[in-house]
Amino acid sequence: MARYILRRLLLMIPVLICVSFVVFFLMDLAPGDIVSQMAPADATPEQIEMLREELGLNGTVLQRYGRYLWNLLHGDMGTSLSLKRPVIEVFVERLPATLKLAFASIVIALAISIPLGIAAATHHRTWLDGSSVVLSMLSVSMPAFWLGLLLIFAFSYRIKIFPSGGSGTFKHLILPALTLGTEQAGNLTRITRSSMLDVIRQDYLRTARAKGVSEKYVIRKHALKNALIPIITVLGSTLGNAFGGAVAIETVFAWPGIGRLTVAAINSRDMTLATGCIIMFTLMLNMTLLVVDIAYAYVDPRVKARYSK
Amino acid sequence: MDNNLILDIENLVVRFETDDGTVRAVNGLNLQLEKGHAVGLVGETGAGKTTTALSILRLVPDPPGVVECEKLLLDGQDIINMPIKDLEKIRGKDVSMIFQDPMTALNPVFTVGEQIAESIFLHEDVSKAEAYKRALDMLELVGIPAERANEYPHQFSGGMKQRVIIAIALACHPKLLIADEPTTALDVTIQAQMLDLIRSLREKYSTSLIMITHDLGIVAEICDEVAVMYAGNVIEKGTLEDVFNRTKHPYTEGLFNSIPNLNDRKVMLTPIKGFTPDPTNLPPGCAFEPRCPYACENCLKEQKDIYISDTHFVRCSRYEEDGFSIDRKEIQ
Repeated sequence: MARYILRRLLLMIPVLICVSFVVFFLMDLAPGDIVSQMAPADATPEQIEMLREELGLNGTVLQRYGRYLWNLLHGDMGTSLSLKRPVIEVFVERLPATLKLAFASIVIALAISIPLGIAAATHHRTWLDGSSVVLSMLSVSMPAFWLGLLLIFAFSYRIKIFPSGGSGTFKHLILPALTLGTEQAGNLTRITRSSMLDVIRQDYLRTARAKGVSEKYVIRKHALKNALIPIITVLGSTLGNAFGGAVAIETVFAWPGIGRLTVAAINSRDMTLATGCIIMFTLMLNMTLLVVDIAYAYVDPRVKARYSK
Repeated sequence: MDNNLILDIENLVVRFETDDGTVRAVNGLNLQLEKGHAVGLVGETGAGKTTTALSILRLVPDPPGVVECEKLLLDGQDIINMPIKDLEKIRGKDVSMIFQDPMTALNPVFTVGEQIAESIFLHEDVSKAEAYKRALDMLELVGIPAERANEYPHQFSGGMKQRVIIAIALACHPKLLIADEPTTALDVTIQAQMLDLIRSLREKYSTSLIMITHDLGIVAEICDEVAVMYAGNVIEKGTLEDVFNRTKHPYTEGLFNSIPNLNDRKVMLTPIKGFTPDPTNLPPGCAFEPRCPYACENCLKEQKDIYISDTHFVRCSRYEEDGFSIDRKEIQ
């Protein structure tokens, strides 16, 4: 198991290098650069060239990438061109807001989707099942920003109980978390339902019932643990994506998270900050997926047996 | 007499109401079993053997299954009208079941020890640790070293899994054990071991047994009584000698004729012609009539049980005629 984790961690290095390469070059291809935005309108070509050198933007794209990668491998993500502060510092400053939103939304999503998915599966082909399908389709297909705006309209404009944007207090968290959580709940409900439907037909549940296990525990203990693998898979990617910041929701609610930071960095052609943010996001996503893979082993002994080989 | 019955089923009807029509799985079945006895429930696939067994535990999936019954007494307790809470106390305790396919009958995410202990913990007034300790004893009893209790089903072979399932079924020393083709999915060499195991444990705990099988050899090996099922009904029932030596029903005769004869390999096998009837569209009267070599007009009327002796009955109206007999010779 330890060897497996180590191997996975080592494999992340080439992934991160590839990501940095792709982002760096895509940013370079994008029209406009930060120098022309920063330099005064009447700057001479010499002045612009000096500024370029000052920011470390001189040389060909390969030379620049080489320097960037060299620093990156030494643990230095560089300085944000637009904010004039170390990238890692800016990132870490914004991280708590994103994590808070990510975890709050996933708690809401789980609280909705697991009971609903199980109920839908145990009441297969009833009105309950049907409405769960409709609700989850609705939540998956409804754009998050639209739901966010509806919630703002309802709960900060009409009934003034929650602030419409910003962060700081617990009240600020509720609407964005509810919006993101509802969106995530759709997929999670669908996967919980289909996974439970699969397990409910298995012979070993009949064995459990024949032993005298009550229906409640047949579902909660015997069935749910078997149904967890697909649920954890979706949960992992949902959480991983939430770490990258939900750009639309952060924008609607003026939430100071990583998503908005990344978009702002890209818009201002802040190469180091944008690349740094995306590398960090990739790292967090990969770590989440690793945790998911480890979680499999704890849920399913057959997976664990495979790891130890 | 009645107090001596572990199982008393009268007029059991089970049907599955599906979109494609109503499947009549069990049609007015009667079955009585005395305490300590073993009955073999014999019949082809689809005869309703497993459905009958599941009805005794009230485990017929509902929907689509509908179970109706005049009387279903297990050790004097009315199963059909019992609240689900009380039923859960009986399942695994008074009656337990060994399922056909050991490969899928164990939960893959719990250790075998946990799965045996769960049954003990549910029914006996013991702590979890004590239940686990007794689970280890049960494992040893079915011939698996106790050290393997913390292993998962995927680490066991088919025969070992079936041993674990037998251990679960017998963990609380049930009064009635239902074994649903417990050896069908296993190698022949393992089959004999399983039958030995079931027999010895049954003697040890004086458990009554319903052995569901399509293998007449197993019945002869392990049972005192035989009930032959066809299209959801018992069509002949009697002691082992009654049914094997004084066979009455044409269908039972057909079953015996389908067994290859080792002593005379040149003899042609005589299979029963035709197929089992479609359970969504059963023929009127005797369900075996379309395939029966002795069929006559009376067979289209409703059939009733005709007693040959105190222990032996047959559901075939031709025995109302004087002097009717089937070709199979009686063995004295």
